[in-house]
Amino acid sequence: MKQLNIDFMGKRYVASILSAVLLVVSVGSLVFNGLNWGLDFTGGSLVEVSYESRVEAEEIRQFLEAEGFENGTVQYFGTDSEILIRMPPQEIADQSNRGDLVLSKLREADASVTMRQSSFVGPAVGDELAEDGGLALLTALIVVMFYILFRFTKQFAVGAVTALAHDVFIVIGFFSVFQWSVDLTVLAALLAVIGYSLNDTIVVSDRIRENFRKIRRGAAVEVINQSLNQTLGRTLVTSLTTLFVLLALLIAGGEVIRGFALALSIGVAVGTYSSIYVAANVLLMMGITREDLLVPQADDSNPEGSYP
Amino acid sequence: MADEHLPLSFGGARSATRQPNTFRPWQYVAIIFAVVVGALYAAPNLFQPDPALQIRPATQDARLDEDMLLGAERLLRAQGINVTGTQFTESMGLVRVDSDEAQLKARHILATHFAERDYVVALNRASTTPQWLEDLGGQPMSLGLDLSGGVHFLLQVDMDKYLDTVVRNTAESMQDVLREQRVRAVRGREWVNGRDIEISFNDETTRDKARAALKDFEDFQIRNQDFAGNPSLQYRLSTDRIRTLEDRAIDQNLTSLRNRVNELGVSEPQVQRLGRSRIVVDLPGIQDSARAKDILNKFANMEFRLAAQPNTPKFQRETYPYEGRKQDILRRIIVTGNNVQDAQQAFDPETSQPNVLIELDNDGGNRMHDATKDNIGRQMAILFIEQKPIIHQVMRDGELVEEFETHEEKRLISVATIRGALGFRFEITGLSLQEAQDLALLLRAGALAAPMYIVEERTVGASLGDDNIERGWQSVGIGFVIVLGFMLFYYRMFGLFADIALSINLILMVAIMSVLGATLTLPGIAGIVLTVGMAVDANVLIFSRIREELKDRPPQQAIQAGFDRALLTITDANVTTFFVAIILLSIGSGPVRGFAVTLSVGIVTSMFTAIMVTRAQVNLFYGGRNLEALKV
Repeated sequence: MKQLNIDFMGKRYVASILSAVLLVVSVGSLVFNGLNWGLDFTGGSLVEVSYESRVEAEEIRQFLEAEGFENGTVQYFGTDSEILIRMPPQEIADQSNRGDLVLSKLREADASVTMRQSSFVGPAVGDELAEDGGLALLTALIVVMFYILFRFTKQFAVGAVTALAHDVFIVIGFFSVFQWSVDLTVLAALLAVIGYSLNDTIVVSDRIRENFRKIRRGAAVEVINQSLNQTLGRTLVTSLTTLFVLLALLIAGGEVIRGFALALSIGVAVGTYSSIYVAANVLLMMGITREDLLVPQADDSNPEGSYP
Repeated sequence: MADEHLPLSFGGARSATRQPNTFRPWQYVAIIFAVVVGALYAAPNLFQPDPALQIRPATQDARLDEDMLLGAERLLRAQGINVTGTQFTESMGLVRVDSDEAQLKARHILATHFAERDYVVALNRASTTPQWLEDLGGQPMSLGLDLSGGVHFLLQVDMDKYLDTVVRNTAESMQDVLREQRVRAVRGREWVNGRDIEISFNDETTRDKARAALKDFEDFQIRNQDFAGNPSLQYRLSTDRIRTLEDRAIDQNLTSLRNRVNELGVSEPQVQRLGRSRIVVDLPGIQDSARAKDILNKFANMEFRLAAQPNTPKFQRETYPYEGRKQDILRRIIVTGNNVQDAQQAFDPETSQPNVLIELDNDGGNRMHDATKDNIGRQMAILFIEQKPIIHQVMRDGELVEEFETHEEKRLISVATIRGALGFRFEITGLSLQEAQDLALLLRAGALAAPMYIVEERTVGASLGDDNIERGWQSVGIGFVIVLGFMLFYYRMFGLFADIALSINLILMVAIMSVLGATLTLPGIAGIVLTVGMAVDANVLIFSRIREELKDRPPQQAIQAGFDRALLTITDANVTTFFVAIILLSIGSGPVRGFAVTLSVGIVTSMFTAIMVTRAQVNLFYGGRNLEALKV
């Protein structure tokens, strides 16, 4: 395999602009459109039913409205014989899942209807989940930063965390722009994106560190460029295999896991890009030098340290 | 830079006498051993479970013996149901049948047969894992509710309400003690103030006497204070004591819930505490959440209290309507449903009205006896308490929020004159049939110490569960095949090594999850899929490193260096991902936890397989040979 020699860092201004645009669009959409929070976070009731044949969602909506369930949304779920009904939290006399009531009404109207799932989430639980989720994302970023600080240098730590935050924001941005529903599995996917993107960033960082110690000449830009070229093959192969399985999940996994698969697919794609551009770019911006990496204590534990 | 010291390398050939890239025989044996053991413990997942019925005692007194199980089997055979086997263990019996329809029919027959004898008959999936595998501790992964179908409840225990009741009851006991010892407190002043009990006296001598009289109430922090010019005592619950009380309330609620769940006929119910004040109830296989909720969430209790007398102070009495008039009763409670040992609904032989036959425990019986023997001729009232949780919408800080609140319905069901000292056994009347049945059931199951609300409920239908399993494994299959094909195409011989390592990785993952008793969920399967995609990363790192090293080293050294150099990177990358998985584990509930578990297990197994298993294959194939060229 011939050695690639792509001038990654030469294009870093273009990449910065691309990242900036993506981030601005993401944040802008978050501010103006917000997110389509799923039941897990908003609270409320949800019922999924399936019919034996095609049904009109509009008819069901009208039927439910006539039965007194006014604020519900009715939509197809996967196929046109499956219906998802969502109702906001509401005062109810006997504390119970309004889904049960809806279900019994639908059964009265058509006995062939089968319950696929029915959920009720109290608003307090939803708020807690959102809080815990945000906290988990933040904790993940901080823990990661400290580990990299400990294993590498502060430039790498800032670079990695910038790359991760970049990825998370863009994935959330996609969910905001397209108004895909954000549920608990999407939150799990975001954390997995952090894990994945980090993996990538560390592999690249590792090589950059190694090369800084090995190659005595050359500007930082050149060293980073060479490192990126050396790891490109591996980066692409791993991203490809991961995208393959996510594609399998997206196609065969069904509706329940769709949000998860989507978030991860976007995350893997963006994560690959960010470990090349964002993390390395931050290194340059923070003025990484060879001296930063020749920490004497690291020599004892790192094999690279013993290079002449 | 040929032979520098590489401290992190292992399994390499550095000794002078050995060929490069060879393992010692024991190293191969160890790897093969790990793989065989893994396969053994993964194997139980291959056996499809049988439809079966589980019979187990519902109460502690009920005993199950083998004869009863044989009786059940005979009964089923007589009804034309094909019983394929029975199994008897210490705590339960298992009857296997040949189809799902037979299972439903058999359940109906057995439920009727065992109805009066305190046994639970539940639908079950009986493992068909061979006995010798089970003896080794082999068991299949258990399926989460999103795969098996079922109902999940998250209940919030209302601790505030519970502690209020405890404080109020304590205040009443204190009143009794002071009255007995003839210590006079200032009249007409409310004793309970939030979580504090404040008692005012006319002078300090009385206060000191009271303090001595109340010395048994050690759970409280006592302070001398002045309230409105009167010397007073303030009793405050200590934080430790509040914790203990909360623990006790949760424990009692858990016990009561477990008993109630038994009435539902679920084979593997889970009732667990979550955090300080929540309880999770998972009922696999249940489809009718309404019925489950009815039984779980019902809070009914009863209290026996004496009727008030004309000279009873106002703050010691409460008024309830009874048969069109107002009835004053004492606040003080003699016995509650918590002291009930057994309760059965029956019919009064004289009036044929429904009644509940009550048997009290020792403590309750004594208290009932003490209270009634001195009060013959006085009236005693039975208060029936039912709690209905209600959700309110409230505007707070410009935001619409919901508040849970229990609406308590208290109703006098009987006021009768005490004719003689009551003991451990008696009956209560004045209820409708439905109420009598519910009260008996709930008293039997044990009352809830503290009220609870359902704050989350998820029901997954059996059809969705089946779909999820099918789709999940399909995704694993498709993803797995694509990755295998890609690796083979891209790396050829080394790709084959990676593929074998990946297959072993999958087996080990399943094995570890089975042994840990982890629950498989749909996101968990997604985690397996993701691991399949990401696990090859370690191999890719190694192989691309070997490719690079080949440029300036002979093949054997390139292999050696490739593995050694990549190891550090792999470790760094996996350790950080592992952190993320652990964080995920800590926030996730239910399905998401499943994802975190598979992700962390996957990280561990993939490091082992990518490094050790691949290395073993490479060593076996190339090691010790005189390689002219190497194609990676």
